[in-house]
Amino acid sequence: MKIQTRLENNDQDLVIQINGRFDFSTHQVFREAYEKQPETVRRYIIDMSETSYLDSSALGMLLLLRDYAGGESAMITIVNCNVDVRKILTISNFEQLFDIR
Amino acid sequence: MMDKTPIQVLIADDNAVDRKILARILSNQGNEVVEATNGAEAVSLFVEHRPDMVLMDIMMPVMDGQEAARLMKQEAGEDFIPIIFLTSLTDVQGLADCLESGGDDFLTKPYSPVVLQAKVRAFYRMREMHRTLQEQRDTIARHNEHLLYEQEAAKAVFDNVAHHGCLSAQNIRYMLSPLALFNGDVVLAARGPSGTMQLLLGDFTGHGLPAAIGAMPLAEVFYGMTQKGFGLSDIVREINLKMHGVLPVGYFCCAVLVEMNFDTKSVSLWMGGVPDCYLLRHQGELVPLRSKHLPLGVLSNQSFDGSVERFDLSNEDRFLLWTDGITEVQGDSGDMFGDERLRHTIEAAKTPDDAFDAILDAVDRFKNRESLNGDDRTLIEMKMVDRDLLDDVSVQVASGPASGPIDWSMNYCLGPESLRHFNPLPLMVHILMEVPGLRVISGQLYTVMAELFSNAFEHGVLKISSGLKHSSQGFLKYYQEREQRINALTEGFVNISMTHSGDGSSGDLVIMLEDSGKGFDVNAHLNPSSMAGASTYCGRGISLVKEICDSLEYHNGGSQVIARLHWDEQEHGVRLQDEHGA
Repeated sequence: MKIQTRLENNDQDLVIQINGRFDFSTHQVFREAYEKQPETVRRYIIDMSETSYLDSSALGMLLLLRDYAGGESAMITIVNCNVDVRKILTISNFEQLFDIR
Repeated sequence: MMDKTPIQVLIADDNAVDRKILARILSNQGNEVVEATNGAEAVSLFVEHRPDMVLMDIMMPVMDGQEAARLMKQEAGEDFIPIIFLTSLTDVQGLADCLESGGDDFLTKPYSPVVLQAKVRAFYRMREMHRTLQEQRDTIARHNEHLLYEQEAAKAVFDNVAHHGCLSAQNIRYMLSPLALFNGDVVLAARGPSGTMQLLLGDFTGHGLPAAIGAMPLAEVFYGMTQKGFGLSDIVREINLKMHGVLPVGYFCCAVLVEMNFDTKSVSLWMGGVPDCYLLRHQGELVPLRSKHLPLGVLSNQSFDGSVERFDLSNEDRFLLWTDGITEVQGDSGDMFGDERLRHTIEAAKTPDDAFDAILDAVDRFKNRESLNGDDRTLIEMKMVDRDLLDDVSVQVASGPASGPIDWSMNYCLGPESLRHFNPLPLMVHILMEVPGLRVISGQLYTVMAELFSNAFEHGVLKISSGLKHSSQGFLKYYQEREQRINALTEGFVNISMTHSGDGSSGDLVIMLEDSGKGFDVNAHLNPSSMAGASTYCGRGISLVKEICDSLEYHNGGSQVIARLHWDEQEHGVRLQDEHGA
């Protein structure tokens, strides 16, 4: 599976784990990963521990999630980035929009 | 399902008994049968009926089965019409030859009705599948052709918008390798009215049409505002606003913008979402440049940061700029060219002049030939030079009297709600730019308007003490304070009046700003010497305005200011040169 999801913390946290390359081919599944979830979800945790690479369309998908999760008020944490992934997020200055750990 | 659409089978056999037996079995099973007695007849019936499949004997008079099969396959073209040879042969080589000569399968006599029916159906299914596949392929091909056609049109429109820039200037080298017909990279360059040069390198997410469409407003804003004399910060802010408005969520434009002033040798730089680029000094020092901002189009303008970095350059100092296409070029082992290699390549270049070609060479050598995977590869070098090396800025000043509005006045009063959300400067400057003679000094006019307005708004209406700005740390605090007070603003006004008179070849402009504030210590600001060394941050604005204007007066204790400017077509050249010399 390219993307795995699980609910935590009384269904308030949604953990989305992305495996392999996070690029345009992931578009549909990534979207489904957060859209088909109970309304109790408040926080989104993107687990990149198994993500090897992400491209600009992946950045776009993260922005779509942010928009879906309430824009400015969205609570999205990106965790366990490898060096390459972290670099791309840094170049794009995405730490201004997301909580990256 | 099979019963509804009868399968049309062409049977070719010179042996009448065998043929009749086969025809009987097939028609009993619900198929439509056409009979031929030799190869030549079979071919002409094939052309006439275009059957779903052919069952054909090999040994026949007039024309044998192999030759007939060859002609049928030729006639069928891309259409798949299975040919099944009928044979009593039992030797393996004979059977293999059947298939070699264009047959798709064979049936040995005597026929088993069950096997026959199964084969006919199996081949019919295969034929259907082939047909579906072909239809889909044709649809895709048609769509692709249409898409390319559209991209070509989009590119033509874009080229018309983008190519009146100054990319061919002496101090710029660039390389654009389009991955698609219209790639996601945009390179724009233009000269401002005061002689500055502004350059934009942008990389849109996605290729093709979304990028082409986004590039249109981008180019228009960039060229329009550069020509009107706006500074980099305003341009980048306006572009962001535009991109945020037109691009759907998830689409954005990574960009680096450079503004070069060839007279003061200073540079402003804004970078958002672009990989590290470099400033390569003439003596070889390499200064990395890092993106400090989010890409264009991501943030709304309230949270957008248009602040620029400033550099002082010497002649032959140059910027080397690229998009992620260069660093993400893939090598033979699938790894990427990367920042490290890029930096080493530049460091290894003999002279700064060689760096550009060295990068192109290195990327070319590294690149995996087979890799279809790749981004847009764009590389730009922009060099600081003396202004005389560049062509003169062509400012379109229509001469002669009565061209454009010359005798007018206006009054524009902004209340608290407007002041909180709206920056009136571009609009005001736009009005001024309608006067042909003022276009030449649009940069200076913008400075005047900007300084006077920010003084009126920030010190007058918002009542922030300019004392905060005395140190660079206070500067930051100042802007935090400003932000807070803007959000809390409920009363006050700034009134802008402008009057112009003249005859078309010379004119007088009077700008008056009034604000609701209590004024300030005018003398302290007008005489920076009395500010005890702390004048660099805040005294500068007004003294700059004083320098540009012919006169500057404060009234009502500082809450009203009147600036006067005289322009003369004949004198502009002289006056501007004086300033550049200073």
